[in-house]
This record gives sequence, structure tokens and C-alpha cells, in this order.
Amino acid sequence: MTAFPSISLTAQAFEPGALLTTFCAGRDETGAVASFVGLARAEQGQARALELEAYPGFTDAAIARIAEDAKARFSLHDYRIVHRIGPIKPGEAVVFVATAAGHRRAAFEACDFLMDYLKSRAPFWKKEHGPDGDRWIEPTTQDRTDAERWD
Amino acid sequence: MARVLLFGRLADQAGWRDRSVEAASLTALRDALAAVDPDLGEALGGPGVQVAVDKTIVRGEAALAAATEVAFLPPMSGG
Repeated sequence: MTAFPSISLTAQAFEPGALLTTFCAGRDETGAVASFVGLARAEQGQARALELEAYPGFTDAAIARIAEDAKARFSLHDYRIVHRIGPIKPGEAVVFVATAAGHRRAAFEACDFLMDYLKSRAPFWKKEHGPDGDRWIEPTTQDRTDAERWD
Repeated sequence: MARVLLFGRLADQAGWRDRSVEAASLTALRDALAAVDPDLGEALGGPGVQVAVDKTIVRGEAALAAATEVAFLPPMSGG
């Protein structure tokens, strides 16, 4: 069923609608697809651009382990995760997550679970280029608390 | 020769992100890096910095075969 890779790290801007259309195509047992798109915020001019660094082969493997956990935990039929790396402008999509399940609750919860993981624990290093220079960002307390809901 | 990769603020601090270093163990590698750049040596042992050998997190000492990839990973931010 998955003729496309389940997890992609890409330096290219992507179109979330096209990804969702492809993900939904050709399903006859999936009753529910949930999706989430994270966009880069401008932060009232404080963030001119975001830069995300990944460790290819390590970052995608770590995401794959969590995604396979989610698949088992929520009885997913399938999932699709696309994450930008490199410089990202405000308004551009940073992350796309879609989950497919028999029923909506599992699809919603798995999508929520995957986003909490991606925002708090996934091996990325994030730098904000702002008016006063560059700064490296660490997960917020809220991000950590969100992720702990699932422990 | 081990291939050393630095990520995040460690790469900014060092001014490089990918370098080959002659070392037979992680300790020897840390010593070699610290001899050239003491501040970097200290940062590599700093809180929250993890080490991956051939993309697997390693705690403590490890022998390094030829062409081993050693990555120093500062605290991860999430995406």
C-alpha cells in the first residue's frame, strides 16, 4: 500500500494538501485519516527564519521507532511524516503528519502523540535567525509536559 | 581515522561540523579534539551532550575501528 516512503526529511518546501491527497488515495478499509500541519511562525518579527538541523540516518531512524510504536499502540493502518530541515521561512510548513485508522479516535490520538514526540524529543537542532542574531532553541516546558501525557 | 560530526551549537562553537581524527577510542578522540581546541573539549563533555557511534547512542567508553562515525549531539530541540 505504501508506494511512498513513510518518513521524509526534506530541505524543499512542500505542499501539505498534495501530501494529504496522496495519503488518502486508494483506501477502502480506512475509516479515518487525521492530519496536522505545523507552520513556521514569524513571532512578530522576532524570528526572520528558522533553521532545523537533523542527523540523516539517525533522526529518521529515531522518528521511525516512535512512529512504529504509535502504529502498534493506536492500531494504525498507516502513517506519513514529512519534516523540513535547513532554513525555513515564516509561513512555510515545517511538519506534516497524517495517520490512518479504522476509526477517528485512534487517528486523532496517534496524530497528537506523534506531534508531541516530534516537538519535544525528536533529534533535531533548531536555530532561530532574529533581528538580534541567531539563537539555538530548546523544547519548552509545555512541549515536555505535552509529551509526558503519553508516558 | 574516525569521522567526527558536530551538531547544533557544538558545530557553531567549533567552526566545523565534519572532520577526520586519528583515534582508537572515544577517550583518545576527546583528548585529541581538546588538545586542538580546549573550549570545544569542555563543551563536548558538557551537560546533555550525547555521543553516537555509527548512529547508536553510546554511554562511556568505546573502541573506534577505522571509518567509524562519531557524532556529538547537544540537547535536542525537537522539530
